[in-house]
Amino acid sequence: MAKLMPRRDVVIVGFGWTGAILAQELTEAGLDVLAIERGPWRDTATDFNIGYMPDELRYAIRRELFLQPSQEAITMRNDLTQTALPMRDYGSFLPGAGVGGAGVHWNGFSWRYLASDFILKTHLTQKYGAKKFDGLTIQDWGVTWDEIEHCFDKFEYVAGVSGKAGVIKGVVQPGGNPFEGSRSREYPNPPLKMPYSSSLFTKAATEYGLHPFPSPSANISRPYVNSLGVAMGECTYCGYCERFGCANYSKAAPQTTILPVLMKKDNFELRTESEVLTVNLHPDGKTAKSVTYVDTSGNEYEQPADLVIMAGYGLMNVRMMLLSRIGKPYDPNTNEGVVGRNYCYQTGGGGASMIFDDKRFNPFMGAGALSSSAHDFNSDMDHSKLDFVGGCSIGSGESNGRPIQGRPTPPGTPRWGSKWKDATAKTYGHVMSIGGSGSSYAQRGNYLDLDPTYTDNFGRPLLRITFDFPDNDIRMQNWVGEQCVKIAKTLNPKILTSGKARKGWNSVPYQTTHNTGGAIMGADPKTSAVNRYLQNWDVSNVFVMGACAFPQNSAMNPTGTVAALAYWAAEAITTRYIKNPGPLVQA
Amino acid sequence: MKRLAAYFAGAALLAGMLAAPAWSGAEPDYQQVHDGRYQAILGDCMGCHTQPGGRAFAGGAALETGFGAIFAPNITPDAATGIGGWSEEQFRRAVKQGVSPGGKRLYPAMPYPSYAKMSDEDVANLYAYMQSVEPVQRRSTPSRLRFPYNIRALMIVWNWLYFQPGPRKLDASKTAEWNRGADIVIGPGHCGTCHTPKTFLGADTSAALTGASLDGWFAPDITANARRGVGGWSVAELVAYLKTGHNSHSMASGPMAEAISYSTSKMDDSDLKAIAVYLKHVPASSAAAGSALAADDPHMRAGAEIYQDNCAACHGMDGKGENAIFPPLAGNPIVGQTSAETLARVVLAGTQSADTKGAPTQPAMPSFAWRLNDAQLADVLSYVRGNWGGGGPVSAGTVAQLRRDLRPNRR
Amino acid sequence: MLDNRPLKMCRRRFLASVAALPALTGGAFAHTMPHSLPWSPFAGDPPKPINPLGWYFLTPSEVITVEAIVDRLIPADHLSPGGKDAGCAVFIDRQLAGSFGKSSHLYNKGPFLPGLPTQGYQGELTPSGRYRIGLKALEDHVRAANAGKSFAELTGEQQDAILSGLEEGKITLKLAPGFSTRQFFELLLQNTMEGFFADPLYGGNKDMASWKMIGFPGARYDYRDYVEKYNQPYPHGPVSIMSGAPGWNVKG
Repeated sequence: MAKLMPRRDVVIVGFGWTGAILAQELTEAGLDVLAIERGPWRDTATDFNIGYMPDELRYAIRRELFLQPSQEAITMRNDLTQTALPMRDYGSFLPGAGVGGAGVHWNGFSWRYLASDFILKTHLTQKYGAKKFDGLTIQDWGVTWDEIEHCFDKFEYVAGVSGKAGVIKGVVQPGGNPFEGSRSREYPNPPLKMPYSSSLFTKAATEYGLHPFPSPSANISRPYVNSLGVAMGECTYCGYCERFGCANYSKAAPQTTILPVLMKKDNFELRTESEVLTVNLHPDGKTAKSVTYVDTSGNEYEQPADLVIMAGYGLMNVRMMLLSRIGKPYDPNTNEGVVGRNYCYQTGGGGASMIFDDKRFNPFMGAGALSSSAHDFNSDMDHSKLDFVGGCSIGSGESNGRPIQGRPTPPGTPRWGSKWKDATAKTYGHVMSIGGSGSSYAQRGNYLDLDPTYTDNFGRPLLRITFDFPDNDIRMQNWVGEQCVKIAKTLNPKILTSGKARKGWNSVPYQTTHNTGGAIMGADPKTSAVNRYLQNWDVSNVFVMGACAFPQNSAMNPTGTVAALAYWAAEAITTRYIKNPGPLVQA
Repeated sequence: MKRLAAYFAGAALLAGMLAAPAWSGAEPDYQQVHDGRYQAILGDCMGCHTQPGGRAFAGGAALETGFGAIFAPNITPDAATGIGGWSEEQFRRAVKQGVSPGGKRLYPAMPYPSYAKMSDEDVANLYAYMQSVEPVQRRSTPSRLRFPYNIRALMIVWNWLYFQPGPRKLDASKTAEWNRGADIVIGPGHCGTCHTPKTFLGADTSAALTGASLDGWFAPDITANARRGVGGWSVAELVAYLKTGHNSHSMASGPMAEAISYSTSKMDDSDLKAIAVYLKHVPASSAAAGSALAADDPHMRAGAEIYQDNCAACHGMDGKGENAIFPPLAGNPIVGQTSAETLARVVLAGTQSADTKGAPTQPAMPSFAWRLNDAQLADVLSYVRGNWGGGGPVSAGTVAQLRRDLRPNRR
Repeated sequence: MLDNRPLKMCRRRFLASVAALPALTGGAFAHTMPHSLPWSPFAGDPPKPINPLGWYFLTPSEVITVEAIVDRLIPADHLSPGGKDAGCAVFIDRQLAGSFGKSSHLYNKGPFLPGLPTQGYQGELTPSGRYRIGLKALEDHVRAANAGKSFAELTGEQQDAILSGLEEGKITLKLAPGFSTRQFFELLLQNTMEGFFADPLYGGNKDMASWKMIGFPGARYDYRDYVEKYNQPYPHGPVSIMSGAPGWNVKG
């Protein structure tokens, strides 16, 4: 029997970036907010100690700060004909856990999606006609760039994002990304220092006719006091960003930007190591009444609240909706239902890897988002002569030189023995690559639902991913890969290699933790799970954060857009919802 | 959503209740409570009488003195375990004379020699405030002093030797601001309790505010000494330090971070300025902090390497730190004290900076006890002091002793 | 708290109840964080360096086999000591004795069904179980094919041939459902490389040998002064987590 807890205005399920953002915004509006997080409390000096944080085995290989599959696993298959099996260890993507969530161990790329991304279906239809993307279930987001520009801005000034604006109030800025949507002002901090590889890429790309620029980074370039009064340090290029907590307060995370203010508020409370099992609805199914959670001792609690914010990782939010019967589950056979729909991933493409005799890079001097990028092949490029839609942002930089994972050798080198050793010693530090981060578009048959066989420790079904890369995305990646190779050739490397994108998504090697969709936003309740304010269409006091709201994925890292949508939803709640609770958009 | 609406209605009502007595005059003692609350801030009662994370004023954590452990008692108005049964007169005697009801003598860890300088009106207000806080039933922990210090009657002798009751005399040759600063520093602010060296019986020596060791920390020199004290700080910088916990010279740690969080950051700006003006006039200390090792000394060279590999990523190779997040070491008074106790302690155990409205970040120093052995820790401190503080070297034995003192149960 | 008592009576209670708010809701239930940024002296979870003596999982005969294997995967030469002297076998032993060996963080619930390559390892055996079975099957195979000689008794060339056979699928050991010979080889290779390149505190990478070999500076945290020095080597040697660098210690 669950212990009944005192009622709260708002309960937030999950406490990473979106949980912290919503908690901060809603407490500022005077609401009484409780956040429930299944992982432990973590903070910079106590948990990301500068002396032992640079431990590749512990944090990058054994992944101590991540969600462990023993707590929650996910099953996968490539198509409906296969039997899904659990990813017994996470590989292809790595969800976070604990206070700060993946905001603790992300790389720090802090992009805004393109203005055209938010109206993708309309945009592509106008440009090429709908036949161009036949077979893909591309949709508009229901929100436009102009509406959420100030939300991107808000996040960038909280996170101290370091970069160079490309377009300010319609005016193209030298040195920035000319393809970005028009922004209201410059980034709060200048770009990071430029490593050798980025400088070579910048030169080569410019000569190739592209428009390279420093990637916007939440590893910040100088000491900064953010818009909440929280101070951050300067990035030291230690090379321990992704998979690690930042030891010197220089990577934006909830801990380094929001929690010092939020944690002290009387109208905020955080419960850690407490796992929410389900969101409980009132009998009419139109509103949620409480959440049920369990602590590490197995004690069960019912926490009533007027408003429930799902702020877990996108995939986990979708699972929680399915477990709680919020929204109609998607059925790929009938193409009806909304929860689980339009699951997408992100593509990487082959890119180009170069080995030089005469150039020495120091890959260990890096930061998660330390790179230069070019968006000439991003998804708003001219596809009229191409056999695909979508695109890649491409770039080059140094994120780390950690040797368990990163020991390149020339093609054909054995993987062990004397020859391997010789090649490893000679090659390490002489490699640069041009890589891409590509769009991933939805198609029928790629979706999320509950697994019929496998369960977690509480007997709840695991989430099941059914996914493979659409042919469109394979063609896109390989085309962009060819462009990367052409650029790389101009640098005259001794050895140049490139990979080819293939069908058959493999859950084992790491690719990217940019899973999107499953609880997508939109204007039509028949094809979206949440409205343009991330409010569930059916259960109006449930708002769902995260990249699960993306109708399809764009060619950039999602965190900046996830955060902007969180501020957008928070604004709708504080300015409209609390005055008049109920659906903000009439179905 | 009824509850949301009710919440806002409730908030408005609360605001009304809070404001009503002040405006209407219906509560004659509201102003007294209000003023008393400020006296509690000036006196930092919270600092000793509240445990970290515990209920306000319900009794504090152990204060380790040279004579044994002292626990500040429960001073909430609980009748059985607190001071709920005390009259104003009894309260005043305790605060200003160190004698609790029933004649029990208090130890001067309770800074009654300082509080003795407070006016009776201020103490009356403080009484009104203390009687208004939430009563908490919690039995105070008896202090554990060694013989003969555990004989409270001996305090009669102590008081005869050292205790100087009565208000501070106004110095007409100084400004009103200076006098106000002196009143706070010498009176309720009781700065000397930590910062003034003590006699073997724990009384203040005449070397006021020149720095002293207490509870495993070295409370630094806060005289006008330009290098080790606050002589090199402007009044505005001193005010910033007391208000936010840091300035361009230093960042508070340990008990001072607590004093800033609970006390100085909540003081009126005019009082902070008065304190600063006064401290800038306290005669500079003259004690030497030893001389630095030569730069090519093997300990300095080892220290330099340890510094580069452990400290530079935050404090910078140049020791200049970073604004509002990493304190500088170059020119930081803590680095140049006669004792490296605080410096060694923050490297061993880490520390968290003050929690203030003006600076909510509370950056924290990680612990290095697990990584650096006594010799390495001593060498890096010798390097930091030698390079940026003008202080003498630190020995491995000093570090070893501190390590034992801080974690007596560890090997 | 919002009752109808006269204001006069209320004042003291009111201040009291405001102060009591956090206490009423917080602290009463497990895992509720205080209204502050928690911190305490010495807080942290520093690594516990392995005890270099003895063996915690591997049997004496397994030790001999594993040491022979890691010495072929990473042979001693002018670049570095071999896998054995670098501590790779010790590393593997300690990893197998710990949470990695037990798969304690992984999803270990059934049913265990044969999977596709895209679905990753689906066997029921934990890494320690896989080593136990794999090493025995390897020795059985070697002895049967080499007149009773164990793996460690073969020449280096013979050992390389066997390892290549495992890697390329030319040798099939008798293992267990869901656990292929190639997977066994990949596990051996992965763990050996982990041991060679991880921080020395885990038992391998003795004297930071692998880091010196490739020019990786280890547990350093500040390259601000060097990022923009293009095409130049970094001038400082590696640092390890527990032992630091040689220059940290005054000699004598």
